[in-house]
Amino acid sequence: MTATIEPPKPEAPKSWLREYSELGVSVLLLALGVLVLTDALTMEVDIEQRGPIGPKTVPIVVGIGLLVIAVLLAIDVLRGGRGEAEGGEDIDLSEPADMRTVLLLSGVFLGFAVLIGPLGFPIAGALLFWGAAFALGSRRLDRDPLIAAVLSVVTYAVFNNLLGVPLPGGPLIGAL
Amino acid sequence: MNALNSLMDGFGTALTPINLLWAAIGVLLGTAIGVLPGIGPAMAVALLLPVTYGLDPTGAFIMFAGIYYGAMFGGSTTSILLNTPGESAAVVAAIEGNPMAKSGRGAQALAAAAIGHFAGGMVGTILLVALAPKIADLAVDIGAPDYFAIMVLAFIAVTSVLGSSRIRGLASLLIGLTIGLVGLDQMTGQQRLTGGSLQLADGVDVVIVAVGLFAIGEALWVAAHLRRGGAEAIPVGRPWLGKADVKRSWKSWLRGPVIGFPFGAIPAGGAEIPTFLSYVTEKRLSKHKDEFGKGAIEGVAGPESAASASAAGTLVSMLTLGLPTTAVAAVMLAAFQQYGIQPGPLLFDREPELVWGLIASLFVGMVLLLCLNLPLAPLWAKLLRIPRPYLYAGILFFAGVGAYAVAGEAIDLVILLVIGLLGFGMRRYGLPVLPAVIGVILGPAAEQQLRRALQISDGSVTGLVDTPFSVTVYVIILLLLAWPLLKKLVLRKGRKAAQDREDAAV
Repeated sequence: MTATIEPPKPEAPKSWLREYSELGVSVLLLALGVLVLTDALTMEVDIEQRGPIGPKTVPIVVGIGLLVIAVLLAIDVLRGGRGEAEGGEDIDLSEPADMRTVLLLSGVFLGFAVLIGPLGFPIAGALLFWGAAFALGSRRLDRDPLIAAVLSVVTYAVFNNLLGVPLPGGPLIGAL
Repeated sequence: MNALNSLMDGFGTALTPINLLWAAIGVLLGTAIGVLPGIGPAMAVALLLPVTYGLDPTGAFIMFAGIYYGAMFGGSTTSILLNTPGESAAVVAAIEGNPMAKSGRGAQALAAAAIGHFAGGMVGTILLVALAPKIADLAVDIGAPDYFAIMVLAFIAVTSVLGSSRIRGLASLLIGLTIGLVGLDQMTGQQRLTGGSLQLADGVDVVIVAVGLFAIGEALWVAAHLRRGGAEAIPVGRPWLGKADVKRSWKSWLRGPVIGFPFGAIPAGGAEIPTFLSYVTEKRLSKHKDEFGKGAIEGVAGPESAASASAAGTLVSMLTLGLPTTAVAAVMLAAFQQYGIQPGPLLFDREPELVWGLIASLFVGMVLLLCLNLPLAPLWAKLLRIPRPYLYAGILFFAGVGAYAVAGEAIDLVILLVIGLLGFGMRRYGLPVLPAVIGVILGPAAEQQLRRALQISDGSVTGLVDTPFSVTVYVIILLLLAWPLLKKLVLRKGRKAAQDREDAAV
């Protein structure tokens, strides 16, 4: 264990953090494990539970498993093990992650969640598509809103009327 | 004989106009999804899970199976023309297919792939008809301990066979199991991990987890790394095969299923391993070894046939044991749960119309796919030109529709986004997504079976291993766990043999 861990260089703490950012996954698993165990151990179980193992047992096993794996993963990362980022057809891993787009898309999606109630699906859905396409770099103002509107209205009709899965119509459908 | 009669009844179900329509929609969607980059069959079926609220189970599963098979067909088109495989099953198709396309033999490569898929799918589905009812009969007496053993097998297989790191696979599985714990305990009504929230008392719906991890996570991940100005597809004419090509390919088409089908039926990662094995086999058996790497048609025909046959093998395990061996099967299992149907040995007795209709529709779908893919391949290739912003915006859009359709609650969309961001992080740090999904789908069921089994045995752990079936399954699990050690031994031996050969050559 002496030679495998390189001591962090004091002049570049940020790059050490970046280098070992995967430790964040360990921290997350650790936190999740603590949460699951706390929840399981504070459970008030009635005396008349059915069967030899009650609702606590499996959460305790899962919680302990999470803690163990968190430690194992941390050891693996410190020894130089790295999770392989997933590749794909449209994926270019040579560039650093474009977190701005991810945040923008998350924002657009949250906006959809907020607006679907008051505006109804056809309008909120069109905004979602347009917003997402915009965040992804599409700037065709002549085409994007039109595609978004058609897609949203057609989807609404298919789900609401053909498949019998109700979606909120909102003021637009109310007005028709 | 009995299976044949049932199959005939199945054709009666599959050939009704409405089910034919679902099969056609399924294979069309499937081919498109296979061709389109960034969207795979598991994501597609996940996005379509909401239709289970409005559709009868037979129609839904006919459509899902069409998507599964169609994506296999379509995936090879992208591999051959773009050299960037969309589905993991189509990786091998690129090795020989793309050089063929570059040297002007793209049409032949597409034809060899399409006919390969047809042959593999046909042989695989015939094996499914022959074997599935027998396995179901054998397994018909299985009880709680056996179900639990199968689910443990699924957990172990999915974490230790797939992916490069067992620790990361297990981490993913445990995350899934944790999400599966949220909600009311099914046996006592005890609240778990709900934080007292009424919203979480029902648990996190499987649809939201599957859509979040497969669709939102993938779309965000691609968005962060979107390739600007991607590769151009090689233009290609209508697929056709000359006599010489057929002569070289037909044996490969028939060999593929022999490798693909058994690998599909066991939890070994779906089509990835068998397509690769088939490629190696074809290379070894070919009379044109020098052409391999530069565009040998056998290297397309064999693996593609193996890929489709493995899809049929996957259905055997899924339908007879309820054991999902691939991501698509996992999501289809979630669909079964939505309908309250338990896949497993009793499925053939309880839902003969559904099962045999589904199997018969596979034959129908395969014919449709061959008709769609042989003449229309150049048209499908045009799909590759879809602007990426629209493609990924569309994925987010349909993910939103799907999650909202679960309960009509906006809060589900927020949960979906959170799970999507989790999926993003998992992709960044190499945690495979499939174990998490399997954990969510099978976790609660496994807990119930475990508790039931221990209830019967009055708390004695021997109650988990008191049937021959469960003992067999646990032996398989032990073998899987010991596999890395075995593999090391085999590799060392193989390397030594290669060394010896080299030494001899010098």
